[in-house]
Amino acid sequence: MPTADIPAQNIDRTGVAAGVKRFRADMAGVGVRGFDWSLLAAAIGLSLVSLYVLNGATRDDIAGAPDYYVLRQGVFVTVGLGLMFAFSRIDYTRLREYRNELYAFLVLSNFAVLILGTVSRGSQSWIDIGFFRFQPSEIGKVLMIVVLAAFVSDRLRDRSATGSIVIPVLGLVSVPFVLVFLQPDLGTALVYGAITLAILFIAGIPWQQMTAILAVLVVIVTGVLWAAPAAGVNILQDYQVARLTAFIDPEADSAGHGYQQNQAQIAIGAGQRVGRGVEASTQTQLNFLPEHHTDFVFAVIGESYGFAGAALVLTLYALLLWRALRILASARDQFGALIATGVVAMLMFQIFENVGMNVGIMPITGVTLPFLSYGGASMLATFIALGLLQSVAMRSRGDGSLGL
Amino acid sequence: MLGVAALAFFAIVFFRLWFLQVLSGDQYLAEANQNRTRDIRVEAPRGQIFDRNGDLLVDNRSSWQVRVDQREWGIGLTKERQLLRFNNPAFEPVLARLSKALDEPESRLKEKMRDSLLQEPFANAVVAEDVKYASVVKISENSEDYPDVDVSQTFERGYPRDKLAAHLFGYVREISEKQLKSGDFEGARQGDRVGQDGLEAEYDRYLRGRSGVQRIEVDVTDRSRRELPGRAPKTGDSLRLTIDRSVQRVGEAAIARGSSGIPTHGSAFVAMDVNTGEIHGLGSYPNFDPSVFTGVLKPSEYKRISSKANGTPIVNRAVASGYAPGSTFKPITSIATLSAGLVTPNEVIADNGVFEFGGREWINAGKVPNGPVNLVSAMRVSSDIYYYIMGMRAYRKGDQLLQKWASRLGIGRSPAIDLPYSAPGQVSNPKAIKSIEKRDYNIGDNMNAAVGQGATLVSPLQMALAYAAIGNGGYVVTPHLGKRIDNARGQAIQDIEQPARRRVSVSPVYAKQILQGLHEAAQAPGGTSYDVFSDFPVKIAGKTGTAEVFGKEDQSWYVALAPYPNPRYVVAVTVEQGGFGAEAAAPAARQILAKLLRVEGSDVWKPGKSQDQ
Repeated sequence: MPTADIPAQNIDRTGVAAGVKRFRADMAGVGVRGFDWSLLAAAIGLSLVSLYVLNGATRDDIAGAPDYYVLRQGVFVTVGLGLMFAFSRIDYTRLREYRNELYAFLVLSNFAVLILGTVSRGSQSWIDIGFFRFQPSEIGKVLMIVVLAAFVSDRLRDRSATGSIVIPVLGLVSVPFVLVFLQPDLGTALVYGAITLAILFIAGIPWQQMTAILAVLVVIVTGVLWAAPAAGVNILQDYQVARLTAFIDPEADSAGHGYQQNQAQIAIGAGQRVGRGVEASTQTQLNFLPEHHTDFVFAVIGESYGFAGAALVLTLYALLLWRALRILASARDQFGALIATGVVAMLMFQIFENVGMNVGIMPITGVTLPFLSYGGASMLATFIALGLLQSVAMRSRGDGSLGL
Repeated sequence: MLGVAALAFFAIVFFRLWFLQVLSGDQYLAEANQNRTRDIRVEAPRGQIFDRNGDLLVDNRSSWQVRVDQREWGIGLTKERQLLRFNNPAFEPVLARLSKALDEPESRLKEKMRDSLLQEPFANAVVAEDVKYASVVKISENSEDYPDVDVSQTFERGYPRDKLAAHLFGYVREISEKQLKSGDFEGARQGDRVGQDGLEAEYDRYLRGRSGVQRIEVDVTDRSRRELPGRAPKTGDSLRLTIDRSVQRVGEAAIARGSSGIPTHGSAFVAMDVNTGEIHGLGSYPNFDPSVFTGVLKPSEYKRISSKANGTPIVNRAVASGYAPGSTFKPITSIATLSAGLVTPNEVIADNGVFEFGGREWINAGKVPNGPVNLVSAMRVSSDIYYYIMGMRAYRKGDQLLQKWASRLGIGRSPAIDLPYSAPGQVSNPKAIKSIEKRDYNIGDNMNAAVGQGATLVSPLQMALAYAAIGNGGYVVTPHLGKRIDNARGQAIQDIEQPARRRVSVSPVYAKQILQGLHEAAQAPGGTSYDVFSDFPVKIAGKTGTAEVFGKEDQSWYVALAPYPNPRYVVAVTVEQGGFGAEAAAPAARQILAKLLRVEGSDVWKPGKSQDQ
């Protein structure tokens, strides 16, 4: 590792030319050692599945533009792959120094959304900047991972610091969490929460504190979903509460809030063992399945390609998570391990929440399915997160054992 | 730890997928298919109805109908079942547009909706029927201007012979919830139209056919994408009747004449094969146009055809009525008394025109003395005195002899004709007298019963059945109108089986004597209907009847068997307030017989003057 540990103060942070030079040095020096090809293969495999599925499912969605979603998703995947390689080249350890700037950007961008944002599907989570739309909450997931990992690893290294890290961490997270929640983008806010919990857990906070956090969560959830509405205080929008609770018995309200969940289950169930094929997938093709290119793309796979297709996708996700956990375990420092933890937490939460709501065992929140759901912000954020993982992998201890 | 969580999650998701896709896959597939398909019922044309010679009596005509969704439109009946509620003002302009497109005033459309809701409270309300094709196009092509308006083609019954045999057919109407549940209409589904009365009801399972299904694939907004293979409707089978259109026509015209040019109040006839029970003609007057029941029934129309003031045209007097039979009952009295040995055919009884018994006078019509009479001559001149004595003897014998024999011959029980309703009638009996007159039955009542008076009530069909049994050697046949079922292409599928006829032991000797008496009554000098039948080219047997009806003119009856002595047909005619039997009923019977026996040129109207009772 000749250049991986160049001290931070030696870098000319302002000069572009120096930056390029530095990047070149990275490229030349690091090469591809430690790069996790299996992780890349899983990501590419999932991206190809996404393009394949979108091609079948969205041909009739926009009249006269059958390739609209596929072409765009193709661009997102390509750009994402580029970003992943670029971020894998960056020494993640240097990101620690930018944690304040990153945090400031995280907070400000999400705050800007509340002021400037354009409304999409009842949620004001986009900023329109002329040529492209920007969704800060998505990239915010990655920022959140880096900031938290940096903060926690600093605190753990600082022997002089006393007291629990839980309160400061929660304080740090609460600002972006609330901003995203207010957009309102409940799903992404919950991803922030999952990342936070995982990082605290891996950081090794005492089990009493972990238990306390979980207990508080339970209290908050019941309070928000049941007690507060009963008392006439609505913290969540009505539709959010309804969607969150509809999964318990979607058929009870199959025309209303249980509709999406019910239709998704019908689509998946109708796929049976090997699927109905694209043409015969009526749930998808006739739009009974809503949001079939974004939140409910898994149901499309279930309908068109059956248990076989869904199992293939889940296997790719298993590969992805296995490699990510391996990288976590072999990280050379605590900062790297916590970054990997955040990325794993993010992926895991998104996969299980999204697949779970598709198959009817989790409530509906607007969480995208990594690599599969159509959407630039999500796709790019996920690839960047993967790039960070690769960066950790390429600078790992190299033993690669799953020391958990 | 994270790895363990991941493994657990994967396990759960796999299990869930297995459950959804493999274990419950069939059920979800069915739900998905149900999601995307909309089935539209395609009505099947009902089978046609023909007379015995293949002449068309009932067919179908297609009609365009405009209906509106009553829930969306917010329309309904008020408590008074009269005014139309109109709760959704958003549809006012739609109604205005409809009025323009259909070229009918809004008030008319509203009236039609009200009538439609009265008739079928839960179906879509009909706004207009028999809509011109130009209007159909106008509405269909601008469907966005006509929300919740449905234009569809339906089949309505058509009656190419107008009022002919109107009482037989009944009508067709959408099956009710109750009927669906009853299981009486096997194979019928919601929205199907089924026969509700008459032959349409009786032979519904043949005539109905099977409605088809047009299956379309729709997307989530219910817009149709393409048509899927459905099922074509199957036209109902045709019904071939025993009715002979020419006999029916002549009969209906004859009973409508009344007596001496005075229109009748009500009349009926039956012409039946005495051996098979096949009905060649069966009519009732006043009649009505059966097409009033097609489409939406106007309450005013229904009132008109069912009101007493108009003579309740809707009632089929040939089977659903109960009239005192008068002297036409006498052959039944004879069978009873002869069979019981209370009299022999040759026993002579003095008829002085009048006798006193039980504190009152018993008289012939006009107190005319007939001299000594035996069975045959008593029948010929219709001697009341003879039959009063028969009634007296029967009473003394006990066992309700008259009642028993009349019941054996079908009076007091509903004939098993293939129509939903036929009146049972009754023979004057202790129970009936008790309930009407609030006193006990006495010998005088039985004497009255012997001449067809008192509480005895019969329908023309029942008289035809009883006479047929006398004429065919003692068989009470099953009268029927349905002969054969043909498929839609006119090929015979099956003959309609009729229940076996019922044997009544009537001595052939007595039957022969009675027939002779009836023959002489019609065609021997001095016979009660000799004036009517003296020049009739075929030998017949026939009995006049003139029943006294309290507060009204006499009921005129005639029942004939022909040809004599081996009759093939029985004809029964009754005319309310028609006067003496020979005046109104016998001439009508003559015309019907002439048609039945194909003796052209003998179908002249020839009233007689005999004043029998």
